[in-house]
Amino acid sequence: MTDHAYNFAYLDEQTKRMIRRAILKGLAVPGYQVPFASREMPMPYGWGTGGVQVSAAVMTMDDTFKVIDQGADDTTNAVSIRSFFQRTAGVKTTTKTADASVIQTRHRIPEEALTEGQILVYQVPIPEPLRFLEPRESETRKMHSLEEYGLMHVKLYEDIARHGHIATSYAYPVRVEGRYVMDPSPIPKFDNPKLGDMAAIQLFGAGREQRIYALPPYTNVVSLDFEDHPFEASKANHACGMCGAEHSYLDEVIVDDAGGRMFVCSDTDFCESRQQAGHMGKDAA
Amino acid sequence: MYVAVKGGEQAIENAHAWLAEERRGDTSIDELSIAQIREQLALAVNRVMAEGSLYDPDLAALAIKQSRGDLIEAIFLIRAYRTTLPRFGASAPVDTGRMACDRRISATFKDLPGGQILGPTFDYTHRLLDFQLAANGETPTARTRETTPVDVPHVAEFLNREGLIQEEPRDDRTPPDLTREPLAMPAERALRLQALTRSDEGFTLGMAYSTQRGYGRNHAFVGELRIGAVPVEMDIPELGFAIEIGEVTLTECETVNQFTGSKTEPPQFTRGYGLVFGQTERKAISMALVDRALRWEELGEDNEGAPAQDAEFVLYHADNIQATGFLEHIKLPHYVDFQSELELIRKLRRDAGADAQMEAAE
Repeated sequence: MTDHAYNFAYLDEQTKRMIRRAILKGLAVPGYQVPFASREMPMPYGWGTGGVQVSAAVMTMDDTFKVIDQGADDTTNAVSIRSFFQRTAGVKTTTKTADASVIQTRHRIPEEALTEGQILVYQVPIPEPLRFLEPRESETRKMHSLEEYGLMHVKLYEDIARHGHIATSYAYPVRVEGRYVMDPSPIPKFDNPKLGDMAAIQLFGAGREQRIYALPPYTNVVSLDFEDHPFEASKANHACGMCGAEHSYLDEVIVDDAGGRMFVCSDTDFCESRQQAGHMGKDAA
Repeated sequence: MYVAVKGGEQAIENAHAWLAEERRGDTSIDELSIAQIREQLALAVNRVMAEGSLYDPDLAALAIKQSRGDLIEAIFLIRAYRTTLPRFGASAPVDTGRMACDRRISATFKDLPGGQILGPTFDYTHRLLDFQLAANGETPTARTRETTPVDVPHVAEFLNREGLIQEEPRDDRTPPDLTREPLAMPAERALRLQALTRSDEGFTLGMAYSTQRGYGRNHAFVGELRIGAVPVEMDIPELGFAIEIGEVTLTECETVNQFTGSKTEPPQFTRGYGLVFGQTERKAISMALVDRALRWEELGEDNEGAPAQDAEFVLYHADNIQATGFLEHIKLPHYVDFQSELELIRKLRRDAGADAQMEAAE
């Protein structure tokens, strides 16, 4: 049921136009953070208001919408955002990655490769990759315009000097088309290789921080590293207990109070599809 | 045996139903009406209007009722509602010189044109619990007398006549709109004041207090504090002139601050300014102190590195809707990021030989 008191997909058309302009600018300058006049949404900042505004701005009546949080369609906040758009836009929703035309995500990229015509919308908490090196927005914007990324390399180098590894496991910074250093949102670095050369459009919305950025299809995206310490996408060294997948990102689940644990795909749609196709992991009933 | 968790939808529905029940509380107790909240919890209503940036006492009272008295939640409800409202246009600037003052005090002059009016203030009440209120809420009616309205000029104007206070340059440009354009740094004063008037009362109070204790010290006198209704006028294009469309109650505070001069400015008094919806004087005074602290640059003062002098720090952290949203979002699931941290810590520990050491110790 659509709630007729509000415009299609909640936001008024003026606001959508303003957001679409920011998106277009973001697509034209991949990896550049475009300021936009983020609105107060009927859900709290930090709970996906940037993603929701971007989804609302790109959504049409013919779209099929999917929402995942931590890879899962049925986590509470994913349920909440999906029902928000069911209510305010009346669009079709799905949990099938392949059937969705707009996918809003928090912290994951689906395992199944996305295709041309799909849009992946990321919820972004802190869009500025340099934020924890330099808290001032006025400074970090200057650093981006001057392509002054030495500080980031020093940080990564210090990690290696101290720990032998780069001690960043999620929100791992990338460089876009050899120009802007970009925060990919807090996806595990396992997902980083999927960012580059993706067939789908990737849009990033940070509501509280009032920034939108984007990756057009088939953009060159490189995770920062050093020649002698190449980037490595890591995951738990197990297979999924339910579907047996060996190359999907896994959640660790504690199953008893004696330290027993098992590993399952974080992408619930991927896991279920595999199980339906007859794949079975060692813990499946 | 692990079973993938389903039923988030049902859980949310149930939680909402329980919340509604808890909000109502014991049904054998009378329900609060919006009018009761508006009339008897007026200062809460004022805070919600001020920080919600919407002057509507009934909606603010509704928000307070719906949020079970959680004022930040109520402010959030108002903000989310406000953002959907169409904009007809902007009013003419309100003239606080024409305010019908309920309260008007100056700490800098013993007496002055327009007089000192205490008004309905807690200031000189003894903070003793009034058990009469628990027994019955009836109060004696306050005495009244007829008065004729008098002009109540702003205190700063007296100082200005002598040239003792810094002149505020007149600026007729339309100020930027914080709710329609992203906050950009450096922020001009009009934008800073806009952010401060809707900023969290507690945060603003803390920032103001820190300047009093020496972090960006700028001794402030309350030159004037006034509370009262001012008419709101709007130009109607079809008429070709401005008409009064209503009135709002405002609290205005102008501080007079010591200033011994800098490289660019002669010794003179300087000003801080606070203007807030409703009777909200703690907030208005706090706002004026923080405004003054943020003006260090234009006055050629030293940057002491005090938090209240740092516009980016103050403005990016003063909004309680932004702050509470981001703070509370850490309740949301983070197991994907946490999992990658687990893997990393295990790997680092393996490399550091920590596991081996632990085994040896056992």
